[in-house]
Amino acid sequence: MMAANQVYEGAIKRIEVMAQDEESSLEKDQLHEIYRQMILARKFDEKAFKLQRRGEVSTYAPHKGQEASQIGAVFAMNDDDWMVPSFRETAAYIARGAPLDKLFQRWMGDARGQKDLENDLPVAIPVGTQNLHAVGIGMAMSFDEEEKAVVGFTGDGSTSEGDFHEALNFSGVFDAHSVIVVQNNQYAISMPVEKQTNAETIAQKALAYGIEGIQVDGNDVLAVIEAMNEALEKARNGEPVLLEAVTYRLEDHTTSDDSTRYRDEQEVEEWKEHDPILRLKDYLKENDQWDESLEEYEEKAEEKINEAANKAMEVEDPEMEEMFEYVYKEMPDLLKKDKKELEEVEK
Amino acid sequence: MPEKMNIVEAINAALHDELENDEDVLMYGEDVGEDGGVFRATKDLQEEFGEKRCFSSPLAESGIVGTAIGMSLYGKRPVPEIQFSGFSYLAFHQIKEHAARFRTRTRGTKEVPLTVRAPYGGGINALEHHCESPESYFAHAQGLHVVIPSNPQDAYSLLRKSIQLDDPVVFLEPKQTYRAFKEEVERDPDAAELESSKVIEEGKDVTLVAWGAMVPVAEEAAETIDADVEIIDLRTIYPTDFDTVIESVKKTGRCAIVHEAPKTGGFGAEIAARINEQAILHLEAPVERIAAPDVPYPLYSLEDYYMPDENQVKKGLENVLEF
Ligand SMILES: Cc1ncc(C[n+]2csc(CCOP(=O)(O)OP(=O)(O)O)c2C)c(N)n1
Repeated sequence: MMAANQVYEGAIKRIEVMAQDEESSLEKDQLHEIYRQMILARKFDEKAFKLQRRGEVSTYAPHKGQEASQIGAVFAMNDDDWMVPSFRETAAYIARGAPLDKLFQRWMGDARGQKDLENDLPVAIPVGTQNLHAVGIGMAMSFDEEEKAVVGFTGDGSTSEGDFHEALNFSGVFDAHSVIVVQNNQYAISMPVEKQTNAETIAQKALAYGIEGIQVDGNDVLAVIEAMNEALEKARNGEPVLLEAVTYRLEDHTTSDDSTRYRDEQEVEEWKEHDPILRLKDYLKENDQWDESLEEYEEKAEEKINEAANKAMEVEDPEMEEMFEYVYKEMPDLLKKDKKELEEVEK
Repeated sequence: MPEKMNIVEAINAALHDELENDEDVLMYGEDVGEDGGVFRATKDLQEEFGEKRCFSSPLAESGIVGTAIGMSLYGKRPVPEIQFSGFSYLAFHQIKEHAARFRTRTRGTKEVPLTVRAPYGGGINALEHHCESPESYFAHAQGLHVVIPSNPQDAYSLLRKSIQLDDPVVFLEPKQTYRAFKEEVERDPDAAELESSKVIEEGKDVTLVAWGAMVPVAEEAAETIDADVEIIDLRTIYPTDFDTVIESVKKTGRCAIVHEAPKTGGFGAEIAARINEQAILHLEAPVERIAAPDVPYPLYSLEDYYMPDENQVKKGLENVLEF
């Protein structure tokens, strides 16, 4: 009951599965597939780090610790749904089926690696701005009355950007078919989420825009899937959702960052106990769904990753023309002249 | 059958005809729906085409352009309106770093066929930020087309061409001349081409380059002096048709450029530099720029000093001719 002098009352639901000892409705082979994807993504991360140390990759943004949020979200999606990622969504791309060698190639600074998947946008570097693209896609789906949805990923730091708020506002006004997933990994580079916003949760920001906000344990892949199933069903009906996945970045912000400067080891150790991969493994064991083949998969995943990385490293650097090729549909005369001049100097 | 229209009517007609021509075309922005936009450029379109094709949106420039990018990636052909170009900077990031880059970013697999319309320029006794000429900022954003018509026929045809283009366009409309004069307009998109400037008056003594609301000023100034002035309407700021200008300068040996934006870094600087690179041996005099001073656009009691007028253009032409 609302008090007489109140004008609005809202609440945010939190979804947990593993911590509640609830059982998942997923089949055993689905659970195994999710586990394998998480392992593959983790191995990619480790490899990319090594390649950066060897100078093959210039900067890499690791997703270690966030595999459940990303892979869980993608698992709930259909192929014809759209994905609008930010820059830390390599695990999500892997789960969407992006070729591993192409992902490496992009991190190696070769744009040919980012030729996108049909329904997925490429990496977006300017923080928060991509949320508007997700909502625009969701608006178009709504206008066309299609039973599809778009899933956008963004970070806790990005929720301070104007574009994040404009995106939520437009989504509500135009019944966009969008789910904006905020991976609250506790830090925006060195800025802890407590200093980023005075709000207790990020999910509650949805209430101001008249859309649904859900918080989920982002290290519990089964909870993420459950929350996403609910969110996607709403979004397909023109009810956009803001979903906050509470998680933790176990690594540095990027390979150029040193997170020991701004967070203490004990905190990291505590979160390591909630590592989403360990949690799924424990869950599977406790529910008699574990299979030794999953242990063996680690080696296979490593092989796959090494193969992909080698393939990417073998690719010749792009030709200079690449730079001019896709600026306009038809190359304007001005660019043709620029290109010719550069060719002559480089000869 | 040609009809008599002013510029804003020609824009309205172009929007109407594109809505009819392609069902993916839609338009939105602040007050664009019921109200038809504050300048009535979208007048009656909602009534005829419905609320999904022409509608008012929340007051948020980045939101308007950013969501339009999403829609265009999904296959729509949005034509968002920014109420005044002085507020386009709130969407500048979306226009420059996203709309202009998606083709490159996706190696040509995705495109953003978006036309951002905005009234621009001064001369209407308006408030602060209602008078800016931001064409140079957008011209420096590779991947964009920047178009400025100066008359009803070009406004009609260039807007239709812009909407049909599979690349993003910033379409700046000279609001001072929105209703200044009427002209016969052929409802034919091919009556003007993008990426091409136009010699609107031939002459052999001096080349005068102008765009937008400065074109009528250039024409009037040219009439007051005793010389044969070749006037070029640049029409498309970027990708620029420098060739027409260079050809003309090679013929006349002299050039003056007039624009509303402040001189430093204004697009006139780029034109002068190209002439320097490609036609310096043909020059009889330094290229003259007639532009606004390097001050913020003033409140309107001073705007007559700020905007280049017939006298300033005349003086500029004399400088070049008498050098
Ligand atoms: C608009 C913008 N400002 C600044 C940056 C530099 N920058 C890159 S990542 C980052 C922090 C982002 O934090 P968050 O949104 O929480 O995402 P996370 O890195 O935690 O995944 C910053 C400031 C940027 N990329 N874009």
